[in-house]
Amino acid sequence: MNPRHKDFQSFALPTELRHQEKISVTDLRRGTKLDKFRFAAKIAYIFLVKRILTYFRSMAIVQQVLFLLTLVVATYFIWRRVSRIKSNIQLGKPSEAAGDTSQRWKNVLLVAFGQRKMFKRVIPAFLHFWIYAGFIIINLEVLEFVLDGLLGTHRLFAPFLGSFYPLLMNLFELLAVAVLVACLFFLVRRNVLKIKRFWSAEMTSWPRLDGNLILVIEITLMLAILTMNASDQILQSRDEHYTATGSLFFSSFLMPMLDGLSTSALIGVERFTWWFHIVGILGFALYVTYSKHLHIFLAFPNTYYANLEPKGQIKNMPVVTNEVKSMLGLGAVETPAGEPGRFGAKDINDLSRVNLMAAYACTECGRCTSECPANLTGKKLSPRKIMMDTRDRMEEVGESLAKGGRGLQDGKSLLGDYVSKEEINACTSCNACVEACPVLINPLEIILEMRRYVAMEESGSPAQWNAMFQNIETSFAPWKFPASDRFNWANELKSKS
Amino acid sequence: MSEVNYSIPTVAEMAAKNESPEILFWVGCAGSFDDRYKKVTKAFVKILNAVGIQFAVLGPEETCTGDPARRAGNEFLFQMQAMNNITVMNGYNIKKIVTACPHCFNTIKNEYPELGGNYEVIHHSTFLQQLINDGKIKMKEGGSFKGKKITYHDSCYLGRANGVYEAPREVLQALDADLVEMKRCRTTGLCCGAGGAQMFKEPEKGSKDINVERTEEALNTGATTVAVACPFCMTMMSDGVKNKNKENEVAVKDLAELIAESQGL
Repeated sequence: MNPRHKDFQSFALPTELRHQEKISVTDLRRGTKLDKFRFAAKIAYIFLVKRILTYFRSMAIVQQVLFLLTLVVATYFIWRRVSRIKSNIQLGKPSEAAGDTSQRWKNVLLVAFGQRKMFKRVIPAFLHFWIYAGFIIINLEVLEFVLDGLLGTHRLFAPFLGSFYPLLMNLFELLAVAVLVACLFFLVRRNVLKIKRFWSAEMTSWPRLDGNLILVIEITLMLAILTMNASDQILQSRDEHYTATGSLFFSSFLMPMLDGLSTSALIGVERFTWWFHIVGILGFALYVTYSKHLHIFLAFPNTYYANLEPKGQIKNMPVVTNEVKSMLGLGAVETPAGEPGRFGAKDINDLSRVNLMAAYACTECGRCTSECPANLTGKKLSPRKIMMDTRDRMEEVGESLAKGGRGLQDGKSLLGDYVSKEEINACTSCNACVEACPVLINPLEIILEMRRYVAMEESGSPAQWNAMFQNIETSFAPWKFPASDRFNWANELKSKS
Repeated sequence: MSEVNYSIPTVAEMAAKNESPEILFWVGCAGSFDDRYKKVTKAFVKILNAVGIQFAVLGPEETCTGDPARRAGNEFLFQMQAMNNITVMNGYNIKKIVTACPHCFNTIKNEYPELGGNYEVIHHSTFLQQLINDGKIKMKEGGSFKGKKITYHDSCYLGRANGVYEAPREVLQALDADLVEMKRCRTTGLCCGAGGAQMFKEPEKGSKDINVERTEEALNTGATTVAVACPFCMTMMSDGVKNKNKENEVAVKDLAELIAESQGL
């Protein structure tokens, strides 16, 4: 490797500073009190500047150590948080991905990777696609950032990629600008146009702030990368130590703003934005694990584990099948091993791990809620809230367990403390929410599991449903008609003809 | 119209004669008891007779599939119903089932197999479309529906639940009618408000009834006929039209009724 690419931080003191030093010595000879004071201040100033510059010179290694430390600390916190999320999800019932594996991968490829369902709404899909593409592609540059940081190099990949490097940098810049513009549009949609689904009841202050923070952080990170490239380009023209990247289209628009700065200030800008970007990305990665933004990772497994059966099919309960078979004297009955769990779901541990992972994969876009017939007509039910509540309850239980608390036995539960019966009773099971979700989350399954708990463990269904149950039991129809009248319609047809 | 004797054999009667039907017509509770939907049952039986298909019904042996019980959370009741129905149908060695109810269709097709009931199940919209395609129902040129505006309301349990979007529309197009779509149709079709056992209880507190919201959308198309393919949608859309005082101008009809009408049955 060309040694010039290494050790870029150590270069000569800017000449104007040396000049300043000489003037100060003349000042001293003149010798007024004020001058002496000025002189002392100047000495202090120069001393400070010198110290900073010396620091910069030796910074190659200091920066490397600092960077390694940052990386280790960030990794530790992210790892800790990922472990928490994992153990929270494992509070749920184990679920397997049954059926056609190739269909599952097809879903990952088309729905998660290909964003197919996003394109049902073209404008946000287009804007989202830029951010998504930016995320995936700009992250290739993060690899260079990390290696540069660890090795104390600058633009490590440039010599290897030759003329392809500037092309790549220009592509990154294009994406950075696209991400920036898309994020601005999204901020406008959320805060100025106030698109309804971002302002419904469950979008309380934190979910709204979360949505805005993500966008602002992304904008700031993109600005950092563009400013860094701009200052770097100026430095390239001033000092041949800097790896030539060729002209970078978008960041060159920022150059006039920085051109007036001294070289040392530019180094400062370049270093600051470099650090800001990489620390920002690491910090953002940690933030994501606390945020709805986790969908950028969990959307992929979520589409893999999504239901492959027709949407109308409700999952069977084999425990009930066994009991019903034994009641009807049908066939051999296998006695299930272990404690029979609850019927249906009262709390998160009654739900499947896929349900729980989905709650973390939800990015609160609210497409489900905006298509929910119950929600559209003013009922309390919101499929998005069901997912948010499931996640928040998981977080609560996980936090309690981590502190040695009572976890699931804290006297609270998902149904009751988070989700009300009024909400679940309003569902028409129409599957509009399931159809609407761009990452194949199924809020309906959770709603139906809670209804099962209410009906079978509490006998607490609405009175009219209990009456309907009774009708089915006694007249074999949901309405109270005598079973013997069932075939009367045929007589009517025969007599008419 | 000539005097016709419609035959409506039960599977039991056929079994007594050592016969078995080509297809079982699963009538469903609404088709058996609901005054409005009984008309659909009759229209469909007339069509079955007219095309000469050897069908049968379970008659008094049919019971609720258990769909509303399962969706309201009562899994025990659902499975009791399902097992009883499966025992009866397996006893008659039923292979193929047609039904005019998307809820029965969904339950028997998707949820009975795991409990031991494996049948080929088709909804009457698909069945009618096949009869038209096979030339067994011949549509007349310039029939009574020519140029009339019809809009089709997707049933959730047919559409999103089972992906049947085109068959009902093809049936309507065969009528030579002017098929107009609502803004929310096919995958984004708005529910009538009755699914998930809502049919059997009052709606939760809200600002509006779902069927009114949907009816407004249907009326906005300017259609004079709202075509449905589900007994619950039939009730909800009819109520919605009444709520808007449009029952004299706008008719809510099932596909089978429209076909029977066009055939002069």
